[in-house]
Amino acid sequence: MSADTAVAVGSGGNARTAASRLFAAGANAGHAAHLAAYGAMPHRGRGWSLVQELEASGLTGRGGAGFPAWRKFAAADLARRPNRYARRSGGPVLIANGAEGEPLSFKDATLLRNAPHLVIDGLLAAAQALGAGSLFIYAGADEQAAVGAALAERGDAGHIALVEAPDAFVAGQASAVVNFLETGRALPRDLAGRLAESGLKGRPTLIHNVETWAHIALVACYGAGWYRSAGTAEDPGTRLVSVTGDVPSELVLEVPGGSVLEDVLSSAGVRVGGVGSDAVSAVLVGGYHGRWVRPAGMVLSAGVGAVGSVRSGVIVRPGAGVLHVLGAGRCGLAATAGMVQYLAGESARQCGPCMFGLPALADVMTRLAAGTGGTGLVREVERLAALVSGRGACHHPDGTVQLIHSALETFADDVRWHLAGQCNADQDPAVQGVSGQGPADPAGQGVAGQYPAGVAQ
Amino acid sequence: MWAFGRVSGLVSMVLLTASVLLGILARSGRPLLVIPRFSVTLLHRNISLLAVVFLVLHVAPLLLDSYARVNVVDVVVPFLGSYKPFWQGLGTVALDLVAAVVLTGVFRHRLGPRTFRTVHWLSYAMWPLALAHSVGNGTDGTSAPVVAAAVVLCVAVLAAAAWRMSAGFLETAAVRRSGGNARKGWGRP
Amino acid sequence: MSPIGPAARLHIDWTRCDGRGLCAELLPEALTRDDWGYPLAAPGRVRSGADKSNVPVTGAELAAAMDAVKLCPLLALRITRP
Repeated sequence: MSADTAVAVGSGGNARTAASRLFAAGANAGHAAHLAAYGAMPHRGRGWSLVQELEASGLTGRGGAGFPAWRKFAAADLARRPNRYARRSGGPVLIANGAEGEPLSFKDATLLRNAPHLVIDGLLAAAQALGAGSLFIYAGADEQAAVGAALAERGDAGHIALVEAPDAFVAGQASAVVNFLETGRALPRDLAGRLAESGLKGRPTLIHNVETWAHIALVACYGAGWYRSAGTAEDPGTRLVSVTGDVPSELVLEVPGGSVLEDVLSSAGVRVGGVGSDAVSAVLVGGYHGRWVRPAGMVLSAGVGAVGSVRSGVIVRPGAGVLHVLGAGRCGLAATAGMVQYLAGESARQCGPCMFGLPALADVMTRLAAGTGGTGLVREVERLAALVSGRGACHHPDGTVQLIHSALETFADDVRWHLAGQCNADQDPAVQGVSGQGPADPAGQGVAGQYPAGVAQ
Repeated sequence: MWAFGRVSGLVSMVLLTASVLLGILARSGRPLLVIPRFSVTLLHRNISLLAVVFLVLHVAPLLLDSYARVNVVDVVVPFLGSYKPFWQGLGTVALDLVAAVVLTGVFRHRLGPRTFRTVHWLSYAMWPLALAHSVGNGTDGTSAPVVAAAVVLCVAVLAAAAWRMSAGFLETAAVRRSGGNARKGWGRP
Repeated sequence: MSPIGPAARLHIDWTRCDGRGLCAELLPEALTRDDWGYPLAAPGRVRSGADKSNVPVTGAELAAAMDAVKLCPLLALRITRP
């Protein structure tokens, strides 16, 4: 593996140290390097079932929601079987979703450029298990060349269609992906049921994040027992995280499940934990739809159970694997207001509460950050948040509300200062001008072109 | 028969006008004084259907009337009639449009909102055609009462159309204006 | 709301809804309108955190809910089982 693209991080309190699983074939791995690192997919006997293996592995989705991966798989498996309601034609549809609309995330792009064959292996293993008819890889413009070359250089992937995803925040939302493949418009859609039961043209549709597919390939290849040898019982395996913000260099790390947040940050070269030397005010975990936390005592885990084998701490869900560091002295409310403005601009403008509610929320958050509002601002934020949440075809409003709630909670002291007309953060001028910033750089921390050397070429 | 066809024609013109006005009002999302929004919508629908009834009463007697000399083809295909073919043709076009608008209205739950809305827009083409037909084709179309009525209907529809295009047309226009215009090209098509 | 739970749910397709307000008139107990005119489950009708796109309706409201489905100008409503 290449130190440029990924670093394996041992969890501090955990004796296990995982070597990189996803980047074991090295940077920009071709098929030969991939086969050398992982071997060929083994042939399985009749008693072996990929669904059961996935359930035993405890793999959760890496696209943000963090649901157990096997559930969608089982639903698609059930839906493809002929029953008296079946009126559809064609087998299940499998989609690898690499549309990384989240501006702070670049782990999917890094994965697709460096280990595309793992994603392809995952799709092919599932296609065999489900008798799937159509396979798609949905990826951004910059990843087309790498994925296209990977598909072309192996003989068994000619039937996988590579589709270019539009560059928009909601374009990676599952129903938007299906809508794009059907109509060419990547807009979220009102769903009557689950995509796994009725998705693309009514066919059972299994859509996973590209990293999830890579993990599925590993489970198919090495089994659930091996998969669980990294991470914790509640959050087995590894995950990719994109570390951005006030860090020495923005990079993608592969970390075991249940990692201690401060350990991950120090692996990224961020000074944390030391008295007087702490460079971190807060960390946005999960991206623009995630939540702000103070890093001390936080454990990254998708599992809901007790922390168990990891040392005691508070669980924070990693979501889409974004860790955005807010340096000491920066104002979290100003950063959040910029993000909410960006999110309001990224509304697909289909659903009224989102179309009108998010700009209203952005306006109130900006006034709060600027310290120009009255004392009723927080109540107004709460009221608007309740109005927009749960009232849309996708979770864009809900994710935005989660970000805002976590900001009000984590930066509660700052809120009091701002309501009094002052900001107690020693603000960097680059962060202060919230309204003056373009949507591509809402946090004021250079989110574009942040690929570490060797990945961006 | 001839007189009956004329009277039913004038009645349907009035009903079509009422339907257009109620349709514009319904589109605004506003109630009509004490009449709630859903009643405005029902009224719009029922008056339209009543207009269709009077259109049948307008056209059917002409088919039976030997003096009018209108045949089945003339009812559907415009500009073939023997008596004032141009003005009669306008009525035929309007009738075809009414049929399209009403049928897509009745089956809108099956056709989906896009088809329904696209075809429903044809109402704005239908109404002036029907009015021109009423005035130009009618034997008493140039009589003072009919012309006066036509002017009144015209002013009403033009006023409603102007209101329809004004910025404050929607009931919710003021509260939604803060949301601004579409920020992305790929928004609602 | 009857103690045995809703008779049905009224699903709102937000991608179609334009907030014309007919449903809120037909179902005044179940729906109000938000700042921008879009239908909003009446206070107490939907618990916070519950699914606000599927508003529970009682048996007594079912006929009105079906009227709302029929009359919605944007075809944005449908009845779903509880």
